[in-house]
Amino acid sequence: MKFGVVVFPGSNCDIDCYHALRDVLDQDTEYIWHMTKHLGFYDCIVLPGGFSYGSYLRGGAIARFSPVMDRVVEFAQSGKPVIGISNGFQVLTEAGLLPGAFLRNNSMKFVCENVYIRTENASTPFTKLCGEGQVLKIPIAHGDGNYYVDDRTLKDMEQNNQVVFRYCDAEGEATAESNPNGSLQNIAGICNREGNVVGMMPHPERCMEEILGNRDGTVIFKSVINYLKGGAVND
Amino acid sequence: MTKKTYERVGLTSGEYDRIVEILGREPNELELNLYGVMWSEHCSYKNSKPVLRIFPTSGERVLQGPGENAGIIDIGDGLAVVMKIESHNHPSAVEPYQGAATGAGGIIRDIFTMGARPIALLNSLRFGELSNDRTKYLFENAVAGIGDYGNCIGIPTVGGEIYFNDCYRGNPLVNAMCVGIIRHGDIKRGTASGAGNAVMIVGASTGRDGIGGASFASVELSEESQENRSAVQVGDPFMEKLLLEACLELFETGCVVGVQDLGAAGLTSACSETASRGSSGMNIDVSLVPRRETGMIPVEVMISESQERMLVIVEKGREEEVTGVFKKWGLNSSVIGRVTDDGMLTIRDGDEVVGRVPAKSLAEDAPVYYREYEKPAYLQQVGVLDEESLEVPKDLNGVLVGLLKSPNIACKEWVYRQYDYMVRTCTAVAPGSDAAVVRIRGTNKAIALTTDCNSRYCYLDPATGGAIAVAEAARNLICSGAQPLAVTDCLNFGNPEKPGVFWQFRQAVSGMSEACRVLGTPVISGNVSFYNETDTNAIFPTPVVGMVGLVEDTSHITTQGFKEEGDAVLLLGENTQEAGGSEYLKVVHGLEQGSAPRLDLDKEKRVQDCCLELIRAGVVKSAHDCSEGGIAVALAECCISGGIGAEIEFESRCRKDFLLFGEGQSRIVITACQSDLERIKDTAARLDVPCTVLGRVKGKELVIDIAGQREMEIAVEDMGTSWREAIGCIMG
Repeated sequence: MKFGVVVFPGSNCDIDCYHALRDVLDQDTEYIWHMTKHLGFYDCIVLPGGFSYGSYLRGGAIARFSPVMDRVVEFAQSGKPVIGISNGFQVLTEAGLLPGAFLRNNSMKFVCENVYIRTENASTPFTKLCGEGQVLKIPIAHGDGNYYVDDRTLKDMEQNNQVVFRYCDAEGEATAESNPNGSLQNIAGICNREGNVVGMMPHPERCMEEILGNRDGTVIFKSVINYLKGGAVND
Repeated sequence: MTKKTYERVGLTSGEYDRIVEILGREPNELELNLYGVMWSEHCSYKNSKPVLRIFPTSGERVLQGPGENAGIIDIGDGLAVVMKIESHNHPSAVEPYQGAATGAGGIIRDIFTMGARPIALLNSLRFGELSNDRTKYLFENAVAGIGDYGNCIGIPTVGGEIYFNDCYRGNPLVNAMCVGIIRHGDIKRGTASGAGNAVMIVGASTGRDGIGGASFASVELSEESQENRSAVQVGDPFMEKLLLEACLELFETGCVVGVQDLGAAGLTSACSETASRGSSGMNIDVSLVPRRETGMIPVEVMISESQERMLVIVEKGREEEVTGVFKKWGLNSSVIGRVTDDGMLTIRDGDEVVGRVPAKSLAEDAPVYYREYEKPAYLQQVGVLDEESLEVPKDLNGVLVGLLKSPNIACKEWVYRQYDYMVRTCTAVAPGSDAAVVRIRGTNKAIALTTDCNSRYCYLDPATGGAIAVAEAARNLICSGAQPLAVTDCLNFGNPEKPGVFWQFRQAVSGMSEACRVLGTPVISGNVSFYNETDTNAIFPTPVVGMVGLVEDTSHITTQGFKEEGDAVLLLGENTQEAGGSEYLKVVHGLEQGSAPRLDLDKEKRVQDCCLELIRAGVVKSAHDCSEGGIAVALAECCISGGIGAEIEFESRCRKDFLLFGEGQSRIVITACQSDLERIKDTAARLDVPCTVLGRVKGKELVIDIAGQREMEIAVEDMGTSWREAIGCIMG
């Protein structure tokens, strides 16, 4: 089983994702440089957070034109699991792999803090080990995390169970106060229609070790490892 | 050459004469500008050098002391910590967002210039009172600038300090500190040696931004300063991120002889300093420097402070390796000249030589001034405090809440939630405790980091205030479970040509030096920022101490919050009756007067050693030092952070308000299991440290009795709300 972490110029959570997968979860993991035109063999691709291309123009707007993104699109279309975290999520929306777009946080300020999210869809490769409705404490760190999508697409997404996480309070209530950035319907994470491509603003790779005071993020990556193991048996 | 010309570049007639003597002729316009920027206080330390010599700068662990881009201290396992703090005060006063952002950018470059991977940022900020609209604007934008730069480049901003005082209204202070990690064998230095080796400029192209920034930093701020925006650089953190990764990748090739970032005085300082350190010369052609603007003349290229650029000295014949790495990252790299052995900095524009001066004369031969000093008159007035005339407030709960809401004490979450303090996933203790703690991957160690300075103490007594800044920084590290290792300092003062200011400067440095000696923390890098004045009002002397400590084992990491119902609350050290210089006097009585708190350095050392020994023995569950707001605020913060109350009993016969809110030094509040009490008392007795049981962790309120009388009773939740929301409420 092999994970690939894409490195765009300006990615800065690439080493954190790499560390989480390789050192914490003991998985075979490689960096994938954004200029890569021929993808090696991977079972799962991670688009990490950061400021790809300085997030100039719009977060992810330039990164989607990196050569590697054509391969990521093919990879996703083949049904293999892809996760985009924070800026990686923005790249996925810009690349058309996920619906919607991002606005500036409604506070107009960058915000870094722990938030609670409620699992709305526990059937994606990245949430299979979460219980439906399970509340996770996972940090966010972004200036443009205010998720937006038009009504019709939103209805579609709701129908297809594409909302994966919503911001909520410690008890799991998706209140206005628990929404840290103004995201529509408290949306914190979504997936594509097929469920194999997931984007989330919170950073699970930041809370996977005791010394960091929180291990809630582990379940996301353990889920996909578990999923891939199951997949291997079926193959 | 007219008199006006040298004055325009900030030189005196004496300095001009000296240049003529060095060159044996009159300098041309370009050469004069080189001396103007290099002999500015900002680059040459011409006013501060003789005083800075008294700092202790050596020690067993010191791998690099002052004089390089940053200091380096050994942390074992073949690893070392690289650290430096620097001011960006004047740019931030004029253009707070870019000023603060490029402050962060500059200090980050100083760290990776040494070959290190930057792992943490801190800062130290000073503004006027938040009731002023311009202050709010400066504060909001400086914080955003620091945040955006660090967030984008992906280096966590893990700690810092912020104070508000009217003395900073016209001249805020923005000091940025960066810390990096490096293997001993990978250390790079800013040296140009080996005639024929290539001189390359890499990174961003050169524009007209930041022209003469070093000189701008070396005069007082005035009305015209607001028009001096072209002296403020513009930052591009994305470019710096690429530069950082490219440089670290380049260093691995082994083709780099020396490297220096282009900071103050740009190409001029980088060329002259590297050549001077290597006892070499350099022959460069400014027409080969990539530019972002047309029509730039040679002198503009030489003194531009465009950001995100580095000078790299590369082994002859290996230039293409550099080009290869920088091309991968989409960055410029151009050979602009060669190292020579004639000691001269020769500047060409194509074939034409446009300037030629001894490299060493720019970098090292600035005149040194032994400024006059005299104890300033204001000290006589402010030193007196008529305690009798101060009424003891009836509502002590109200006083505590008032202090918790004071922006100097209130929670700084409004600020640090704008900083990505978690990226790199090494932040074991986030902003908000005594010090930030960052683990060192691949080891069981961590480092603790802090910046500290109470400038009010320095105003009342610069020597004691300087010593307290060092002592408090060390105490904060101790409370986090770390052994303090080394200091980087940022000395912010007024105009050194004024005898009173220079007296403050000498006193502060001497106080700091003594504390550094006793506490075993040499000064390994630093920065001096003079001329922090507007309309003839100088800031309080503000010698900021950045300190790094080593946590030998991550199991020693300790935080300030109370942990468990029933734990004993103890005080290491003694309560005193000192009110001078306290936040209490300022907030409640409107006075900034009295004596700074006394500091007995030997006692301070014993208290710190005792606390660390107890932490390492595993018996300390929380530790918090007493500082602004005194022991009452310290206890309140322990309760708020832990989300749990305490019952406290003081036997003291001191005046109640001074006991609770006085800022006596060398005190640490710790908690421990009741079963460990005897062991703690024994250790304290052995180390000759006063140790008193104050009470226990209990319930949802902070309850304080003094000599059997209930004096305070306040819900932790209420205190927490006041403390947490104060700054956010003011900023709206």
